Amino acid sequence: MGKTLYKKVWEAHTVGILPDGRTQLFIATHFIHEVTSPQAFAMLRELGLPVLHPERTFATVDHIIPTDNQAEPLADPRAQTMLSALRSNCNANGIRLFDLPSGNQGIVHSIGPELGITQPGMTIVCGDSHTATHGAVGSIAMGIGTTQVRDVLATQTLAMSPLKVRNIRVEGTLRPGVTAKDVALHIIGKLGADGGLGYAYEFGGSAIEKMDMDGRLTLCNLAIEGAARCGYINPDETTFAYLKNRPYAPKGADWEAAVARWKSFASDADAEYDDVVIIPADEIEPTVTWGISPDMNIGISGTVPTPEQAKDEETRKAYTTALEYMKLTPGEPLKGLPVNVVFIGSCTNGRITDFRTVAPLLRGKKVAAGIKALAVPGSQMTAIQCEKEGIADIFREAGFEWRLAGCSMCLAMNPDKLVGDQICASTSNRNFKGRQGSPTGRTLLMSPLMAAAAAITGAVADPREVFDIQ
Amino acid sequence: MPLNKIITISGKAVPVPGADMDTDRIIPARFLKCVTFDELAGTMFYDERFNADGSSKGHPIDAPQHAGAAIIIGGENFGCGSSREHAPQAIKRSGIRAVVAESFAEIFFGNSSGIGLPCVCASQADLATLNKITTEVPDTEWTLNLEKMTVSSATCSIPVRMPAEPREALMLGRWDAVVELMNAPEAVAQLANTLPAPAYTPTI
Repeated sequence: MGKTLYKKVWEAHTVGILPDGRTQLFIATHFIHEVTSPQAFAMLRELGLPVLHPERTFATVDHIIPTDNQAEPLADPRAQTMLSALRSNCNANGIRLFDLPSGNQGIVHSIGPELGITQPGMTIVCGDSHTATHGAVGSIAMGIGTTQVRDVLATQTLAMSPLKVRNIRVEGTLRPGVTAKDVALHIIGKLGADGGLGYAYEFGGSAIEKMDMDGRLTLCNLAIEGAARCGYINPDETTFAYLKNRPYAPKGADWEAAVARWKSFASDADAEYDDVVIIPADEIEPTVTWGISPDMNIGISGTVPTPEQAKDEETRKAYTTALEYMKLTPGEPLKGLPVNVVFIGSCTNGRITDFRTVAPLLRGKKVAAGIKALAVPGSQMTAIQCEKEGIADIFREAGFEWRLAGCSMCLAMNPDKLVGDQICASTSNRNFKGRQGSPTGRTLLMSPLMAAAAAITGAVADPREVFDIQ
Repeated sequence: MPLNKIITISGKAVPVPGADMDTDRIIPARFLKCVTFDELAGTMFYDERFNADGSSKGHPIDAPQHAGAAIIIGGENFGCGSSREHAPQAIKRSGIRAVVAESFAEIFFGNSSGIGLPCVCASQADLATLNKITTEVPDTEWTLNLEKMTVSSATCSIPVRMPAEPREALMLGRWDAVVELMNAPEAVAQLANTLPAPAYTPTI
């Protein structure tokens, strides 16, 4: 039997086996940001250890950075402290920081691929669960904790145990108006928010092979929401075309050699998987969450489930809690539910393709009265590109607030937050209780297309109807 | 770096009910605005426990009969979501020394093991028993024994599970991996020399 990409990358990066049985795994590329790294640097200082391979760590600031006014000192002194700590830690240790004036700052999971730092066949880690995103180019990419950030800084390795691999094949052609976000939510809904415990998800099948790179990044980004610590897609021509000429990608003769090497990591045709799931592409609808876990989702033509529909007692309790928190009536459709806020952005859906897809549909339309609509590019590169292509102006003219790059309203660590029990049509990744900054705030996860439809109509809507997508 | 061997943990337990207890609920993001873990004691499950005006929601953690509990009894997929180590740090710094739940999210589990906070799994039925006894007789003294892989009281014992490697690491006092990771510098150097690192290269 052949090997999976997961196994090949794991073996190529294995240093040895530790006394407790875990693998000492070499980390090819390490990303850090301001929230989960300062304590790691403090631990290093306490141990008197240097950063072993500073050239393999890349830093940026994303979580705490305001997306409206980035003039320093930042209005929130705690945010400024975190930004300053990141700067001094990177400076003292020779780590490249994509800082605000660099033109390369942005959400860590946006800039890694955009700069070509994220490459196939690598082990990639970051103190951030959405590191799974980077698997879209054919790497093993995992979120880690701060103590592990310290381990990587000190030794460029981690103590890890290998995961099982589940091959999720989406076969066929996606229906018009169905995006990578819908595919991801649908998979999580089918397999459960805990369905991926102990697994890496290898996404494949004809629908994934046809998917563009930004869509693949969205899909892998959400692997962690299904409990898979990493998700990946085998590198192919789409991957190579995406990476070619990116600033940190190999050039010239090195490029050809790199592509040959990258291809060798792809899963063999006869690779052995621990599990295989096949999903027909045409069963996927534009999908939206109704609850407080990403697996609580329905197709736009569906209705909010009743607790009685739950598969077991635990789920019934979870449904009851979720319905109560979301103040929704079971059995009713979500379509038509008024929203207060629309957020297009985050490491899930703040890429150039997301804005390119939505912009032409917004031309000549206006955000509905009373709706606060934010459009937040994931990186300065995306922001600049959107200005060049006139995309930013389309959003502005439609009535969106066009913001500066950052995590924004995904996670409530910067001024962009919900107030009270506002409902947010959000392209982010988590609908957890309080996630968007108000302990009673309500998040509906959806694609940028559906979020744009919500902005225009002021309510949850089917983007195929609003934008006449056939 | 000498570390304590973690073999048994004894104390009262406290139920933290609910499946998919995400790390945003374990520690809301606003508490992450810090450059140390020093101020996290008492912040665990904050919005689950308190209303916006600071009044108590009556969570079991704040019930006087569960004061000083050492063991959390959780549900399915405990610690899912964000990788924030602040979550197990807040739990540990609030006096909790072990978590028993139906299952754990990978990153949370790894973060907890790495700071010497054992997370063990039990069946739904056994957890129900644990919860029932703890609710009825809150003073029950429970002992998590990593050697026997049980959680037991004077009258009851349930089996628990944990993967072999982290269990070994906790019991040997090797749960902080950095010491072992520094033992193979030549092998690491060899991989560093052969595996490409991303580097800025101008377009030709």
